[in-house]
Amino acid sequence: MNFEEYSGVWVFIEEQGEGIAPVSLELLGAGRRLADKRGVQLGGVIIGNNVEHLPQIAFAYGADVIYLYDQEIFKHYRTESYMKALLHCSEKHKPEIILFGATSTGKDLASAVATDLPTGLTADTTELDVEEDTGLLLASRPAFGGNIMATILCKKYRPQMATVRPKVMKALDPEDGRTGKLVKENIDVNEEDIRTKVLEIVRTTTKKVRIDEADIIVAGGKGLGSAQGFQLIHQLAATIGGAVGASRDVVEAGWIDHHHQVGQTGVTVTPKIYIAVGISGAIQHLVGMKNSGMIIAINKDPDAAIFEACHYGIVGDAFEILPLLIEEFSKALAREEVDHVRKV
Amino acid sequence: MLHIVACIKQVPDTKIIKMNPKTNTMDRASAPAILNPYDAHAVEEAVRIKKRYGGTVSVLTMGPPPAVKAIKKCIEIGADEGYMISDRKFAGADTLATSYALTKAIDKISKIKPVDLVLCGKMTIDGDTGQVGPGIARRLDIPPLTSVKKVEEVNQVGGYVIIHRKIEDGHEVIQSSLPCLMSVEKEINEVPYSPFPNMLKAARYEPTIWSVEDLEDVDVKQLGLKGSPTIVAKVWAPPKPEGGIMLEGNANEQVKELLSIVLEKRELFQSKGGAS
Repeated sequence: MNFEEYSGVWVFIEEQGEGIAPVSLELLGAGRRLADKRGVQLGGVIIGNNVEHLPQIAFAYGADVIYLYDQEIFKHYRTESYMKALLHCSEKHKPEIILFGATSTGKDLASAVATDLPTGLTADTTELDVEEDTGLLLASRPAFGGNIMATILCKKYRPQMATVRPKVMKALDPEDGRTGKLVKENIDVNEEDIRTKVLEIVRTTTKKVRIDEADIIVAGGKGLGSAQGFQLIHQLAATIGGAVGASRDVVEAGWIDHHHQVGQTGVTVTPKIYIAVGISGAIQHLVGMKNSGMIIAINKDPDAAIFEACHYGIVGDAFEILPLLIEEFSKALAREEVDHVRKV
Repeated sequence: MLHIVACIKQVPDTKIIKMNPKTNTMDRASAPAILNPYDAHAVEEAVRIKKRYGGTVSVLTMGPPPAVKAIKKCIEIGADEGYMISDRKFAGADTLATSYALTKAIDKISKIKPVDLVLCGKMTIDGDTGQVGPGIARRLDIPPLTSVKKVEEVNQVGGYVIIHRKIEDGHEVIQSSLPCLMSVEKEINEVPYSPFPNMLKAARYEPTIWSVEDLEDVDVKQLGLKGSPTIVAKVWAPPKPEGGIMLEGNANEQVKELLSIVLEKRELFQSKGGAS
């Protein structure tokens, strides 16, 4: 394998709704940094149907060149059709690095493409760097349930590939009017070649808590003792208008649905305020919430790792502290509401 | 009759595993070896499909000899046959080399009885990658169906399956031709306690064990550490973040102080834009 032939950092750009998935914009930000360090171009691959408006957005967020596959067969994501496009693009233009969002689509596609190329793929990366001279991607991720971090390299193959967790990288501020090179590509793939069909897409219509979008999260851990004890988390969250988060063992114990799980195997969150109660603070959990604006930890174990990661900590019994907090917050917020009404 | 192969792995229970604080390495001996919890759901789903449509469930694992225990656990769940590939040449495999070895074993199993469906868990709790399933599917050249949360229909005569695949904001209903591979989410089913006759069967069960030599057309360069493009260059304890300010006093005082801190930073509640 001649590494000299491979150049450029790429992001697989995932369509979401009418736009680009936030994680892909975050990866353009991370990719920009890697490409600049290497002195190479930042590329993006867009696959879809009627997606000609997306390259402009990608340019604004930092891409230099976009490879566009806009064909009817790409209307819905399917592993086989998207894989054919990405393999075609990679074999034709030879990037040294390809990054994917660690979404259901990104992980599925990356796994298939890496097997066919073949090359190394690092899953659920939370830190990325590149060696300036060799172009070696340093992809780091929590390993063994989050007990340690591991830096993973792919020395012998190109391109190097990684999936990256949503919300751990930062998107650049979009630059209006920034442009790049648009390369329109086309592949010959027929419906008969694809062995799966999307019969229906069901979007969750009920307004589920999206903890990844919440400004305030009150999260509880095993320290609350029982599903009943966990109700205090719901009460505090309701009082201060926050969403409810949970650690992995709470979800596994069945106290709350997995949509609420914060951490490496759950959701990465970036609220303005994160209140962690009865959570010991395994790295696995910390990875998922460390970018929160203000982290408050309440735990009765003074040595709990969560105190190392918080801005403000209270060593105390959740069953004593939480009712007090609920009471004091309701009083304070009610007062403010009255003041507000008076002012209006 | 359907022949379903479930790929499974014995893993250290990562919830219990301890770190050696001096060397920053894992004390693997501290953690009991268990059947990867996600794989238990795959085996359970295979057994449910068998009960609905008839057929045979085989389980396959790659691992050192003690991994036989994980196969026995699958027999308890209701699997019929167990196969293990075990050889030092497999050691150190990453996801690419693992999917290669397992595919070679599935090739051999399908000579005993053609395989219609391959199931695996969404990921393992020690590797956390979820890449082996799709890798096997690509190597077998069958469609990979990941994040499967419901199996609606398996139609062997029609040669298709209909499944629900979890996506970020809902799910997709997908029809795929058979054979195919599914990696399943844990919400797909509940694994019940094993029936007593299964436990008896499991206790006596001896799986078929193959070494590299027992498999056919194997390129040894693609196995184990040698066949793994990814290498772990460094393992490190994440840097300890700076500890925050600990609030002093009794519960009342602590709560009052916290309240004033939070209320003082009211802009956090109200302002739009990214938190720093």
